[in-house]
Amino acid sequence: MTVALASEAPPFDLPGTDGRNHSLADYADASWLAVVWSCNHCPYVQAWEGRMKAIQRDYGSRGFRLVAINSNDSDSYPEDSFEEMQARVEREELNFDYLHDEDQSAARAYGPDSTPEVFLFDPDRRLVYHGAIDDSRDEGSVQAQYLRDALDALLAGGEPPLAETAPVGCSVKWRK
Amino acid sequence: MEIELLFWEGCPSYPEARTLLEEVLATHGIDAQVQMREVRTGNEAEQLAFPGSPTIRIDGQDVDSEGARSRPALTCRIYRRPGGGVSPIPSREQLEAALG
Repeated sequence: MTVALASEAPPFDLPGTDGRNHSLADYADASWLAVVWSCNHCPYVQAWEGRMKAIQRDYGSRGFRLVAINSNDSDSYPEDSFEEMQARVEREELNFDYLHDEDQSAARAYGPDSTPEVFLFDPDRRLVYHGAIDDSRDEGSVQAQYLRDALDALLAGGEPPLAETAPVGCSVKWRK
Repeated sequence: MEIELLFWEGCPSYPEARTLLEEVLATHGIDAQVQMREVRTGNEAEQLAFPGSPTIRIDGQDVDSEGARSRPALTCRIYRRPGGGVSPIPSREQLEAALG
């Protein structure tokens, strides 16, 4: 069951690649919080990862935080292990927290289908946008920048032009 | 010419790969059917040396010989672009090169 629009963000408390645990409450200083389901092995994530970094860079000074969560079963997909996550953060110089949901409890609470998949919450931690980062994995073909458009509208005091879009990516790899 | 497209339903990229492949075949006037083969289990992935979806083989040869060596798995396959980017499907140039 996926978190519905206007619903409250389910809490989480997960280890990050920086060696510390990060809970939902730890992001209280962020007005706008994007929780993005992610992973290492997926070509769709890899294609969008640069845009995730750019969004954090461009909106970070305006009260926005992006946090990525990897819930994939690393027994079946060893590229998605915690150690590989740490290596990826270093190699790709990720500028956002990258958390490991080993028991998949956060994924069960949020209900993502894909990686990458965005859940954007407002200052009251109500879901205001859910879906894709933009409309094309190929950066050169992007026509609609869903997440940026949502943030621009929210920062201007309005509503996201699209509150839900269909994420495209790899399936979340559930434990059997 | 035997053209096989192996896919896993859990990855959404294979229809796009099939469309691109059929476009390339048409552009080059190659009259060949694309044989679609679904890979459903980890065991099938092992048996077929399936490194991810989609995998395209022309007369048994993978269109991306480097990627073909990846661990067999039910996953989306990564195709590396010469400029350093990645894609879930092979490029038109890779397909054209593989078709000779």
